[in-house]
Amino acid sequence: MIRLDSVSRVFQVGDQEVPALDSVNLAVGRGEYVSIMGPSGSGKSTLLNIIGLLDRPSSGRYFLEDRDITALTDEEEAETRRNRIGFVFQFFHLVPRMTAAQNVELPMMLGGVPPKIRAERVAAALDAMGLSDRADHRPGQLSGGQRQRVAIARATIMQPAVLLADEPTGNLDRASGAEVVHVIERLVDRGITLVVVTHDPELGGRARRRIRMVDGRVVEDSASNTASYSPTGP
Amino acid sequence: MMRITDIFRFVRNAAGGYRVRTALMLLAMAIGVASVVILTSLGEGARVYVNNEFASLGTNLLIVLPGRNETSGGPPMMVTGTSRDITTGDAMALLRHSSVRRVAPLTVGVAPVSWGGRTRECTIGGSTPDMLSIRNWKLAQGGFPAPDDPDRASPVAVIGAKIRRELFGSHSAVGEWLKIGDRRFRVTGILASEGRSMGFDVEELVLVPVASAQALFNTPSLFRVMVEAKSRDVIERARADVVSTFKLRHQGEEDVTVITQDAVLATFDKILRALTFTVGGIAAISLGVAGILIMNVMLVAVSQRTSEIGLLKALGASRRRILALFLTEAAMLSCVGGLLGLMLGYAGNQAVIWLYPAFPVTAPWWAVAAALGIALSAGLIFGAMPAWRAAKLDPVMALARR
Repeated sequence: MIRLDSVSRVFQVGDQEVPALDSVNLAVGRGEYVSIMGPSGSGKSTLLNIIGLLDRPSSGRYFLEDRDITALTDEEEAETRRNRIGFVFQFFHLVPRMTAAQNVELPMMLGGVPPKIRAERVAAALDAMGLSDRADHRPGQLSGGQRQRVAIARATIMQPAVLLADEPTGNLDRASGAEVVHVIERLVDRGITLVVVTHDPELGGRARRRIRMVDGRVVEDSASNTASYSPTGP
Repeated sequence: MMRITDIFRFVRNAAGGYRVRTALMLLAMAIGVASVVILTSLGEGARVYVNNEFASLGTNLLIVLPGRNETSGGPPMMVTGTSRDITTGDAMALLRHSSVRRVAPLTVGVAPVSWGGRTRECTIGGSTPDMLSIRNWKLAQGGFPAPDDPDRASPVAVIGAKIRRELFGSHSAVGEWLKIGDRRFRVTGILASEGRSMGFDVEELVLVPVASAQALFNTPSLFRVMVEAKSRDVIERARADVVSTFKLRHQGEEDVTVITQDAVLATFDKILRALTFTVGGIAAISLGVAGILIMNVMLVAVSQRTSEIGLLKALGASRRRILALFLTEAAMLSCVGGLLGLMLGYAGNQAVIWLYPAFPVTAPWWAVAAALGIALSAGLIFGAMPAWRAAKLDPVMALARR
């Protein structure tokens, strides 16, 4: 599903080169539930951004569903993000001037899905999140938990293969956090591949596979077979 | 691929989300377009106005002035140099040509006109009854029974409506005797106050037989000779005939200037068209300013919506898509602003028409098209840089901002 071959990412800060990822090898299979933990600056968010095609590795190769992502054009990359990947962010990132329904509809609008199909799918997605009565509310009129559920509905509306969550409960109180975790884990049960980046050991501990990062390297992987994974070469 | 209707819906939504900024941009565009429309309308109005004035001068008209016009390119009415006078005999000799239909000699002077103790300085024109037909002057009342022979004086006068009002008040004027200078004339008619006619305010004119005017001002010479050609096609021939006649009668000296209405009209037309272009160009500068405002506002929009742009990228919008969305927004705003400006401009024109009903104000189609075209291209050109900046945004950085 996801395969990283000695992926490095170096940021240029002034004239200094700051390594964020250092030769990371990682393979995630279809339907896996993975958490990535580690201290701030350990490179876990950078790793997530590269997996989500928001960032490109400085060196190394990345295969998503056996396609070499590093070779894609901007247009193909955008299409892959749209159809294969869903994002859930700590700060929800809902468009404030749009209603919950419009926010959920956004990826389908960008993808040119016919309006009739869109309306059906939005209604079904909001219903699944228990938000049918909030469809016409703007984000400002929703609670944090509700906003995150709208964001999850939006992230999954294109039925992606991979769901990437960056501190999905980081901005929520305990109760809504638990609710959101429950919603996300239900998606895993239905076969989605889930990668969660978090500081929260409780959330991280729930994953079937737990990865620890320090200083841009994977230092611990609960699936030991993948920890010893070494690239077989191109 | 995103649907066109969705693009418009998204853009409308985005523009509606920032009311003040959208309103400012529309206002700037609207003012720019409106000023182009109004200013070119005024310029065009001036052109049409002058055209109409010339048309009221009479058709197929040639005007003969004493003196040779040596300066080229100068105002045709100002004639330099001294020359032999034009006499009534010269004028009447022109009638021999087949190209000439009518001839009216004209002497002009200023003299006090009085009746019943009231006195007023008036422009006195001396001519023949043909003057009325040549210049399309109508009589509201009475007639102008000047003798057929232009060399014979006769104490009859036709007066303008304003003079009638000021001298006679509610009293009936026709049949009354008034004094022009030290001579007595009987009022035989009133000129219809149908507008004005280049150079003369018909309302303030007193028309008497040419010989009477010459006696009054003690001069044998004429101020002008008005010649009406048989048709438009023979105007050039008539001009040649006029020049050759004067040459013959003035011992081979070509000492008159013949102005054809067409030539004067063409000159004015050219000048006023240039004027319209000039004011239109000045107004177009305001469209450029509006364009820069659009750029500024769009740049603010891009930084305001940075995290939204990051989100759109995460949701699968390519660089090209983001570029298209922002360009569409700029184009749509400038189009709507342009249309508002058109309405504003037409409203301004209506206001001018309401204030000055005599002034023909019409927005020339080319100015309307140019204003809208410039508005749209200003939107696109000045919207391109912000849109490009949005498209290039790094999604990770953009999303890091809340």
